[in-house]
Amino acid sequence: MNSFNQMINWLNDPLNWTNPDGIVTRLLEHLRLSFGAVLLACLVAWPIGIALGRRGRGGGLVVVLSNATQAIPVVALLTILPLTALGFGARPVIVALAVFAVPPLLATAYTGMREVDPDVRDAARGMGLSRWQLLRGVELPLAVPYLAAGLRTATVQVIATAALAALVNGGGLGMIVSAGFGIGIAAGGGQILAGGLLIAGLALLAEALLAWVQRRVTPAARQT
Amino acid sequence: MSFLAQSAAANPWFSWAYLRTNADTIRALVVEHLSFTVEAVAAAVVIGVPLAVLAYWVRPLSGPILASAGVLYTIPSLALFAFIAPFLGTGRLTVLIGLVLYALLLIIRSTLTGLSQVPPDVREAASAMGYGRLARLLRVELPLALPGLVTGVRLATVSTVALVTVGVLVGKGGLGQLIIGGFRNNFYKAEIATGAVLCVALAVLLDLLLAGFGRLVTPWRRERA
Repeated sequence: MNSFNQMINWLNDPLNWTNPDGIVTRLLEHLRLSFGAVLLACLVAWPIGIALGRRGRGGGLVVVLSNATQAIPVVALLTILPLTALGFGARPVIVALAVFAVPPLLATAYTGMREVDPDVRDAARGMGLSRWQLLRGVELPLAVPYLAAGLRTATVQVIATAALAALVNGGGLGMIVSAGFGIGIAAGGGQILAGGLLIAGLALLAEALLAWVQRRVTPAARQT
Repeated sequence: MSFLAQSAAANPWFSWAYLRTNADTIRALVVEHLSFTVEAVAAAVVIGVPLAVLAYWVRPLSGPILASAGVLYTIPSLALFAFIAPFLGTGRLTVLIGLVLYALLLIIRSTLTGLSQVPPDVREAASAMGYGRLARLLRVELPLALPGLVTGVRLATVSTVALVTVGVLVGKGGLGQLIIGGFRNNFYKAEIATGAVLCVALAVLLDLLLAGFGRLVTPWRRERA
């Protein structure tokens, strides 16, 4: 029996879905890790990106940061962070994933603020808006398409990287794949394929969903 | 054994003793990591540049080519390896194919961007001088697209160096073997840190080398800067 048939059989076994460490549990773990990481990254990246963008400073920093994180292997952070004060469990995984979600969020928040027309800003100030009112009523609404684009990139990337948490036994859908490798390709080939299919499916689904959201919040005139 | 007692007592992030004792293993893994990276990026260039040229010549094809490379890029690395391993086994080839598929999008996109930034005047002038389609491509358009290609190769190289570590899934992860190996070896910090630091250093080094190479092959840009 080849791996492909094995995969169909594995996915058709209801126990593989409902087991204590079955697909449902792993999927929820995966979503929880991803959600935590994106939330953490937004809380860090958006205020900084917006503040830097409004002042028009630190554009170089944003570029350097995103280049620097490119060179850091996810696997390295996933193994190093649990050995720090963060301790073992979900926390270091969430932090590790968040590190890679920060650059796209930061860059888009920065660009979103830079792209606000200076005339619009002047007009709003001339109408007597305070800095806070300017941010809430004018700058943020204008930056929404950029923030949405960043959120989409960051989220899809986090969902993809969360699969690697399995390499350090950190939970998520990747565990299905690593368990498959654990029992060897001959016996676990179907499970490996099934795990890969679930991970890829989730990533592509998230990408499609967030692309739709991004289109909804982007005015027609600004769509590319 | 004294080793166990020691590791329970002191587990530093850096250890000369570890480096000395394991120099051969570390060197072999650096070589494996480097050869994975070089082969994957080279293969991606060999496959990606012709695809980019095809997309450039036959405009209707550029959408499908970019879209399919984009889908491959969206598929998480772990899933990609999981798709390949059951058919090709847990060897070198599985990792290499995964790496090439990832690097492909970066190469295609940057080459296409470089090609489409060639000014129309230049293209017309080349045609007026009697260059055919292929000669114009090889002698005018591709050289002018080089800065874009170099950017793409740099991006692809840096991300491939980081991605090789995921190969631990099939037991061929270059320096990732040290990182995960140390983690499984009772959280041996010196081994983890050595793998991680060498990995980042390798990425930075290759990036600088390629940046220098890029300056070398585009002398006309240096004068302007």
